[in-house]
Amino acid sequence: MTGASHALRKGESEREKRQTGQEGCLTENLALAFLPRRWSHVDPQPLDHPAHLEMLKPAFELRRGFSFENCQRNASLERVLPGLRIPQAHKTGTTIAGLVFRDGVILGADTRATNDSVVIDKSCEKIHFIAPKIYCCGAGVAADAEMTTRMAASNMELHSLSTGREPRVATVTRVIRQTLFRYRGHVGASLIVGGVDLTGPQLYSVHPHGSYSRLPFTALGSGQDAALAVLEDRFQPNMKLEAAQELLVEAITAGILGDLGSGGSVDACVIMGTGAKLLRTLSSPTKPIERPNQYRFAPGTTAVLSQTVKPLTLELLEETVQAMEVE
Amino acid sequence: MNARGLGSQLKDSIPVTELSASGPFESHDLLRKGLPCVKNELLPSHPLELSEKNFHLNQDKMNFSTLRNIQGLFAPLKLQMEFKAVQQVQRLPFLPSSNLSLDILRGNDETIGFEDILNDPSQSELMGEPHLMVEYKLGLL
Repeated sequence: MTGASHALRKGESEREKRQTGQEGCLTENLALAFLPRRWSHVDPQPLDHPAHLEMLKPAFELRRGFSFENCQRNASLERVLPGLRIPQAHKTGTTIAGLVFRDGVILGADTRATNDSVVIDKSCEKIHFIAPKIYCCGAGVAADAEMTTRMAASNMELHSLSTGREPRVATVTRVIRQTLFRYRGHVGASLIVGGVDLTGPQLYSVHPHGSYSRLPFTALGSGQDAALAVLEDRFQPNMKLEAAQELLVEAITAGILGDLGSGGSVDACVIMGTGAKLLRTLSSPTKPIERPNQYRFAPGTTAVLSQTVKPLTLELLEETVQAMEVE
Repeated sequence: MNARGLGSQLKDSIPVTELSASGPFESHDLLRKGLPCVKNELLPSHPLELSEKNFHLNQDKMNFSTLRNIQGLFAPLKLQMEFKAVQQVQRLPFLPSSNLSLDILRGNDETIGFEDILNDPSQSELMGEPHLMVEYKLGLL
């Protein structure tokens, strides 16, 4: 470290000390105070040894929450190695829909998770629990939707324990959209929140940047156009449960058949004043392919050219006998 | 703070050198940061980096100014006094402090967020050098 930069650091830190008044500023010596120690013991060296200066760690390692350390490295890796494929987050490529009927809310989703154009999961769960009578369907980046809904569920549980009241759908929506707005859309989760609370059945759709709408029926995800077309055509206010369920299954099926990113079977969740019922695999519009031939080959199909047998010499080290009670 | 450049907002107020090799890359961590580039030190590496770093500060500022407008000057003053009083209770500088009273005052004891799940400082693999840090805190260094 040259003398000039040394002086600059000292001057800078003293100015900061005056301005901030915190103990967090350093002179060069004080920088050594944050010398990291691994748990394997390192011999202490004199303070002005250059090795100390080389082992200092940036202070932002100790910050909680998201860490942006690797962003510069990733950006420079992408620049330097043009053929490198950065691992992408799995998106769900979904059709999710919900509608309000006479006694409550019914939510539906397909069950396919994709990564670019490969199907990763043929039966993943997209309807997440938030409260006993509030459920949430998630589309967009799978991990973001999952973590956002789990954190919302934990926060709602803590909040309802603290207030002593049942959680409301509007509260869930507000918590979710405030979190999503804080991260300016980088948390790519589109959610449909539906439930019944003391003000009645409600359905909200929340978008990744934090906007929301309260609607009597809605659909999100890559298959939303197909699902919305069916819903717009046949939705009536105050439908009965059977009619609503049938309409929802048709909407999700339209998404499954018409959109490449959606597939699998239809999941639904019926939420009424008395409670919620999760109906997994309510309908399977597409059957799995019947494989035409057997894939078992008789031994001898492939010619054996040569065979070597090498016995392994094993030595018996220890023998324990454990009596099993047969009763 | 606003009068300074973006570069000083990026770094913490603690100017520390980083892991280094010898030769032309001295005091520059080649593995973590890539080739040296002035742009990397001046501009944030992610659009959310600055806003996340200052999130709690900005939220506090907003809340205190709203409180001052509604309830007068004494309300935020009293709250800030309580915050400062509660921040005096800390463990030794190289150990993580629980900050329980501060969490209660802020209302963080009833919420869970990414700062509770990710990068928990009590699970950190690195620790400061105990003797040096205590000597600094006592002013003996």
